[in-house]
Amino acid sequence: MTFELFVFYVFAAILVFAATMVITRKNPVHSALFLVLAFFTSAAIWLLAEAEFLAIVLVLVYVGAVMVLFLFVVMMLDIDIATMRAGFVKNLPLAILIAIAMVIEIFLVIGSGSFSLDQFAAPLPLPADYNNTASLGNILYTEYMYPFEVAAVILLVAIIAAIGLTMRKRPESKYQDPSKQVRVKKGEDRITVLKMDAED
Amino acid sequence: MLALTDFLMLGAILFSLSVAGIFLNRKNVIILLMCIELMLLAVNINFVAFSHFHGDTVGQVFVFFILTVAAAEAAIGLAILVVLFRNRRTINVEDLDTLKG
Repeated sequence: MTFELFVFYVFAAILVFAATMVITRKNPVHSALFLVLAFFTSAAIWLLAEAEFLAIVLVLVYVGAVMVLFLFVVMMLDIDIATMRAGFVKNLPLAILIAIAMVIEIFLVIGSGSFSLDQFAAPLPLPADYNNTASLGNILYTEYMYPFEVAAVILLVAIIAAIGLTMRKRPESKYQDPSKQVRVKKGEDRITVLKMDAED
Repeated sequence: MLALTDFLMLGAILFSLSVAGIFLNRKNVIILLMCIELMLLAVNINFVAFSHFHGDTVGQVFVFFILTVAAAEAAIGLAILVVLFRNRRTINVEDLDTLKG
């Protein structure tokens, strides 16, 4: 067993463990933290597959942004964990049955030798001056230019939708309106001069 | 040597685990979203593995787009969740039956 294979199996074991923890933990905060572990470990596995740029993007975008967003939402919402867990034990046999059936089905397809080393020989090691980011950028900015721009528009739509959904007017909160403050006149807005009879 | 089968089996196990997670946590929308993220991760592992063994960068371009769409989906999903909780004070899937579906 080569060292590469050993490292892969260690990371694969950690990844499967983290995924199991994500779906079985009672506390959603723990689930989110184990999901962070899962993303981090799969970034390491992508490094083994020589996808360096995507590995670092996975850490930066997923662990750095998406998972922090998840943690923020989980901690902000007041979730009643007890009612959320109802039905967990009831659904457990069905879930295990379906998961095992799916794994066996997929293993029957991919374990038949069609994807073994005889069919897909291990690729030759890339030269030392090979740059994964540069080659990815080359193909992304030429051949996949329009899909890339569509992806940018999708992100823009996501920003606008997220802000539009969560923004609301709060009538009870007090805030300043600078334009009204500037337009205030010294005479009629600030002081009211009353005429009254002198009293004796 | 590391074979393509290893990567594909890892992806298959991860995908099945997240399907099981959707069955187990069908009341909690947040964990459902997390399971969907795990599914996309399993698919991405397959893409990266095939890209590695074919020596073709296009597979990684597809992972890039999947990551983009997944990030957008997570942002909008969580925004919907926050609005839902603000209006109904619950994110239990069983309570969300206004449409009588």
